[in-house]
Amino acid sequence: MNKTTLIILAVICIVIFIAPLIMYHGHGEDDGYFGGADDAAGEQIEKTGFEPWFSSIWEPPSGEIESLLFALQAAIGAIIIGYFFGYWRGQSKDD
Amino acid sequence: MHIMEGYLPIQWCIIWYVISFIVVAYGIYQIKKIVDETPESKALLAVSGAFMFILSSLKLPSVTGSCSHPCGNGLGAALFGPAVTAVLATIVLLFQAILLAHGGLTSLGANIFSMGIVGPFVGWIIYKAFTKANVSSTIAIFFAAFFADLLTYVATSFQLALAFPAPTFSAALVSFLTVFAVTQVPLAIGEGILTVIIWDRLLAYKPKLLAKLNALSPNEA
Repeated sequence: MNKTTLIILAVICIVIFIAPLIMYHGHGEDDGYFGGADDAAGEQIEKTGFEPWFSSIWEPPSGEIESLLFALQAAIGAIIIGYFFGYWRGQSKDD
Repeated sequence: MHIMEGYLPIQWCIIWYVISFIVVAYGIYQIKKIVDETPESKALLAVSGAFMFILSSLKLPSVTGSCSHPCGNGLGAALFGPAVTAVLATIVLLFQAILLAHGGLTSLGANIFSMGIVGPFVGWIIYKAFTKANVSSTIAIFFAAFFADLLTYVATSFQLALAFPAPTFSAALVSFLTVFAVTQVPLAIGEGILTVIIWDRLLAYKPKLLAKLNALSPNEA
């Protein structure tokens, strides 16, 4: 693919994820926006009267620690992809 | 798509564990075979796993006003098939269950089934059908990633509706699909595009390896 197509695709992708932020500007977690779908499903299950029978063996003690671990997860993935793509790119330049 | 810790009745936990265990065991066997036959595909395995690591950590806003995350499972499925992807998904889901209280150990089997098996299986079928029909692999990977992502969430909705058919199975299914699948549509489009961008680079750097793995259309190989 040429560079322009790649850039257009990247821009579409960014628009898809920014659009909701503009559409629901001014709303937040307090009035029920931008919550997680997993939690919403959990609430629906609780409505049926089901009592969770097991809870996580460990939970991040605060939102800060949770974001640390999520960032770490993304960083681990990114460094692996970055390493191999850089390595392959260097290799193909040698030929 | 993460069913939370303790939110699935125990009999369902066991059923999904058994099914997932069989597929993951077969996936481990397949990985051994692939690595023996083409040792250079180790790096591609790492990249597929890493792609899932990144995408499943990104909680993105959707036009429905709630947030969810993509899965990244279409790439591994197109390259290596669903069983291998199930193994990669297991690593990601274990990380999230243990360190992030996201998903859980009791619901691990169920979550592997949706993100590691159903999604990748559908993505893989679509990918193979498109490439067999000589559609360019770049277009094929978009649809594979889109449907792998979306079907992962459809699978979760089915799992929850089966476990909580209140008031009826179909009513429960509709309400879980509304929570999960509708939110997921724009995210799945985004995931499709991101996978296409990664694929484009793989195609530029490793065309021979992709051909060796039978991951290209006949006229590209």
